[in-house]
Amino acid sequence: MKPAPFDYIAPESVEEALAVLAEAGEDARILAGGQTLSPMLNMRLVEPAVLIDISRLPALDYIRRKNGHIEIGAAATQNALENWPELAAQAPLLAQALPHIGHFQTRNRGTVCGSLAFADPSAELPLCLALLGGEVVLQSASRQRVVKAADFQLGMLSTAREADEIISAARFPVAEAGAGYGFAEMALRHGDFALAAIAVKAGKTGVRIAIGGVADRPMVRNFPAGIEGAALDDALNDLAWDLAAADDPHATARYRRELVRRLGRKTVEEAKSCRV
Amino acid sequence: MLGTENQTNYIGKAVERIEDAALLSGQGRFIDDLPTAPGTGHAAILRSPHAHADISAIDTSRAEALAGVHAVVTGKDAELWSEPFLVGVRQPMQHWCIATERVRYVGEPVAIVVAESRYIAEDALALIEVEYQTLPAVVEVMAAMAADAPILHSDVGSNLVNERQFNYGNPETAFADATHVVRASVRYPRNSCTPMECFGLVAEYLAAEQSYDVLANFQGPYALHPVMARALKVPGSRLRLRTPADSGGSFGVKQAIFPYIVAMALAARKARRPVKWVEDRLEHLVAANSATGRISNISAAVAADGVIEALELEQIEDCGAYLRAPEPASLYRMHGILTGAYNIPHLAVTNRIVLTNRTPSGLNRGFGGPQVYFALERLMQRIAIELNLDPLDVIRRNLVPAASMPYRAAAGAVLDSGDYQACVSRALKDGGLAELEARRDAARAAGRHYGIGFAAAVEPSISNMGYITTVMTPEERRRAGPKDGAVSTASIAVDPLGAVIVTADSIPQGQGHRTVAAQVAAEALGLRPEQITVNLEHDTQKDGWSIAAGNYSSRFAGAVAGTVHIAATRLAKRLAEIAAPQLNATPEDIVFSGGRLFARDNPDNSLSFGRVAGAGHWSPSSLPENMVPGMRETASWSPDQLVAPGEDDRINGSAAYGFIFDFCGVEIDADTGQVRIDKYVTMHDAGRRLNPALVDGQIRGAFAHAVGAALYEELAYGEDGSFLAGTFADYLVPTACEIPEPLILHHDSNTEATPLGAKGMAEGNCMSTPVCLANAVADALSLDEIALPMTPSHVTEHLHGAERPPSTDRSEAPAQTLPGKGRGLTGSGASLVPAPPGQVWQMLLDPDTLAAIIPGCESMERLGENAYRAVAVIRIGPIRGRFKAVIQLSDLDAPHALTLSGSATGPLGSGAGSGRVTLLADEKGTRISYEYSAEIGGKVAAVGGRMIDGAARILIAEFFKRFAAVAGGTAGETVSLWQRVARLLGLAR
Repeated sequence: MKPAPFDYIAPESVEEALAVLAEAGEDARILAGGQTLSPMLNMRLVEPAVLIDISRLPALDYIRRKNGHIEIGAAATQNALENWPELAAQAPLLAQALPHIGHFQTRNRGTVCGSLAFADPSAELPLCLALLGGEVVLQSASRQRVVKAADFQLGMLSTAREADEIISAARFPVAEAGAGYGFAEMALRHGDFALAAIAVKAGKTGVRIAIGGVADRPMVRNFPAGIEGAALDDALNDLAWDLAAADDPHATARYRRELVRRLGRKTVEEAKSCRV
Repeated sequence: MLGTENQTNYIGKAVERIEDAALLSGQGRFIDDLPTAPGTGHAAILRSPHAHADISAIDTSRAEALAGVHAVVTGKDAELWSEPFLVGVRQPMQHWCIATERVRYVGEPVAIVVAESRYIAEDALALIEVEYQTLPAVVEVMAAMAADAPILHSDVGSNLVNERQFNYGNPETAFADATHVVRASVRYPRNSCTPMECFGLVAEYLAAEQSYDVLANFQGPYALHPVMARALKVPGSRLRLRTPADSGGSFGVKQAIFPYIVAMALAARKARRPVKWVEDRLEHLVAANSATGRISNISAAVAADGVIEALELEQIEDCGAYLRAPEPASLYRMHGILTGAYNIPHLAVTNRIVLTNRTPSGLNRGFGGPQVYFALERLMQRIAIELNLDPLDVIRRNLVPAASMPYRAAAGAVLDSGDYQACVSRALKDGGLAELEARRDAARAAGRHYGIGFAAAVEPSISNMGYITTVMTPEERRRAGPKDGAVSTASIAVDPLGAVIVTADSIPQGQGHRTVAAQVAAEALGLRPEQITVNLEHDTQKDGWSIAAGNYSSRFAGAVAGTVHIAATRLAKRLAEIAAPQLNATPEDIVFSGGRLFARDNPDNSLSFGRVAGAGHWSPSSLPENMVPGMRETASWSPDQLVAPGEDDRINGSAAYGFIFDFCGVEIDADTGQVRIDKYVTMHDAGRRLNPALVDGQIRGAFAHAVGAALYEELAYGEDGSFLAGTFADYLVPTACEIPEPLILHHDSNTEATPLGAKGMAEGNCMSTPVCLANAVADALSLDEIALPMTPSHVTEHLHGAERPPSTDRSEAPAQTLPGKGRGLTGSGASLVPAPPGQVWQMLLDPDTLAAIIPGCESMERLGENAYRAVAVIRIGPIRGRFKAVIQLSDLDAPHALTLSGSATGPLGSGAGSGRVTLLADEKGTRISYEYSAEIGGKVAAVGGRMIDGAARILIAEFFKRFAAVAGGTAGETVSLWQRVARLLGLAR
């Protein structure tokens, strides 16, 4: 389990990183935390010619409030976000979701933007970004663009990122006044990939729910604000069927649908109860 | 018997492990840490991506040409320099260390590259070209026994390679006269104990001496040494096998390094240099070792009060692709004790050994016990339910009474000691059953799912080397000659300055053998354990050993520590004889204490231990008459009671038998189906506990493995034989977060079967705990049957009832995988093309069309009529792999329908599929519809279990989308149609 040969480049600036990426294109991979990329390299599932390590770029290592968002730079780790003093107040959903991401050892290395870039259907951060309607900043040597979550993750492991772009930052909207948030996931062991993960925002104008781990990417749906009881069960049942779950070695499609129905209801109720 | 009297007392104390100072400070000496000779090559293994295939050609030229590659070894080299391994049953089947003509399981070694570094060796693997002709695979034992099953070993003519029937007592009459007959059918899955350290070795061929020298983390049994030497065609003395000081765990698994020892010995010979190989986790999970899967059909003839008169047991054993030594030991280790802890006089057994296209089975903690007790203890619960009795009463009414000890079981085991009734009573009281029942009642009253389970098990230790021969008929055994016993060897020596060194044949795998051996020697010699140096590295050319040597069947405490005790006691006797005249006492009166020897009634007049022992070195002439010079004692011991199976097929398979009684409470989450262990109580009779802290550590470890087997772990296979659990994200080993602390209780009965009164005890919870948990889950949900592992998805099948259908009317169902088909995929779709069918048909037969629609097609060549070979680079997200594909058009029905089939192989794995394409004339042109099915195997299936279906769907959809686009239409995958519907219904995208 050794990687194929590659060139390792540790640029000294974002500009240098982008210049190298512009030249290498599809033959390059960005290394940030390496929690997914390193095992994939070792298993030779990916064999890039160039590895560009952006983890040591101070310009990308930040978490800040900006224009109603929490903006997280590409080198900021999941633990940095988890330990950001304003997190519980500004992003209660992220505060609930982050402990479910792997283990604290992996969160010490794993980055927020790296998780978005990999676009695992079960991952917590893309789910939160989708629920909250966040956005991703894509930067190349020649241009910068901002892509909404709904337009960013296109399918399993695939995103709108072009080969010459890096995700320079992710933007999660800060908590909405008067809204309650809920998060739940079912994983077989602590830290495992979610068989289903559910994020809910219960706001004044509606209930928004996102499901991860079932379809090929996080799926979001809006319910009326007052939805409850049988109507909520009906809505969740339809949602469960609409996700076209498939069997895998760990769980049947039916099991995942049950999780959407049952954990979905609990999480909606939890989010409602957290409304302030 | 305790030997020489003394005033110290270390045996039975929780002495701290002498191993830990090195391990906790990073100074362990594991196989991968040890220095290698300059020029040592590093090996990587090319493994079969197919479960069953003939190898038609191997081209190693490109790999050999790569800079840094020293040699490439294939089955041809194995045929040149080695022989197939010996097999435990007489059948014409060949198991080579490297596949020769056929591969029979995913992960079977096909070639070995030796290079300057492991990196280069792995680079070279991708350059070896193997042509396979795939064959149908069979993975389930029942299917493997069917008349039309694919046969793994054609010379045998059947996958059923051995069948034996046994009758003990008069089971037929007992069943005919029975008041009740209760039955249970269970399936024990394939799992493995996955040590932290995988296999590792350094092999060398000493050409001048025509001998092999191998350092490997092999754990025994050393009965496999003759198997290896025979395979290498050398006398045993020319296969020097050494083991490193430390091991990162084995649990039986490292027995199965032995085929690699042979393969790498050949690689070293071909590369003309030492070769190092360290197995990685993917290799380990795919191909190292597995417990046997077993189907058991068990029935009991039972009286109205629950007393069992007779048992009938049918066992069908999945040993995988080869019957690899020491198999069929998994099936026969427990043979003498199939009646468990119960007094059941009549027994009928049918044993069938079946080969399947899975990794060969072998030693795994518990070894045959988990399979037996899963059937027997499930049956005990069924008896209670069907006869409306308390399950505890059923257990207690059948337990072997203490007064019957030693007790000869129906199939031959001799239970040496124990008071099972007392163990149960104390466990219930000290473990708090009454309180647990109150918790259960309260939970149930609140509508929660709570259950209590029980299990009783006899835990055998110190295996009889003859038990495996029970697979042979008495006639076959007579011809083969007797096999029995369990020889242990230990030495103790005192050096010229009085320092003590102990060696033995236990091959420790982290348990703390050195600590216990030091305790035992210190006790006999009046020294402190830290004054004893224990070296358990082993060298077959220099150390004492016999076929039973090694680390398995919980043999250490009873056999090896006992043999150390015998050697130490002999040494003490000699020292007493030397000291007695100088102390004006008789040898019997000499006391060893505090590093000094003195007469019992005169402690003030003493001699130092070193002074007395030194005489053997410095002044042999002063030794008592007839005493040998030097100061070393080597003892070998074998339990007298272990004899070969008799004419009546009765076999006492083990020297000592411990007892376990467990009970537990579990609660099942009504929504998620997760099983939470509320409380677990485990009562042990392990005989005399030499070091109670190490005993409890072993119980916790076995319990953790058992929780894994019960709730999490399975070496899963697809129906096509693809392996689906190649990472620890797929093979789920419970972590500290998932394992509760069991309440450990003891009720010891010293045995006379071993020198120190100890019984082995390191495997028991692997036998008792899975079924105890299963009984609790069955109790909670009122289930007749329960399968392992009890994952949430499995458990909810019994919990959630019929599924609620979708509320809106849907005419098309979403594409779904075939149930149980593993990586099998099916799907369908249609598109409309604005051209008449004849024109579309011509396009379809045009190779340029094919080249355009294969995603990532780099080149294509014609192989024959409507058959092509292509190279394509397939991408899913960041994953990219180059595949060689063969594509064929068949069943042509111009211009209406054809079948498009293909297979692809590459370093990432293999895929095969076929689709039926139908053309229908339509007002607007041609309606093209297709149905496909596909299977994926190899590395991607093993490591990408969660996502590979989705990835394959993307590729197949891409293929047909391109096809429709080339034909001039737009594709409509059923799934994407569904997603459009979903979008209309309110999904955000």
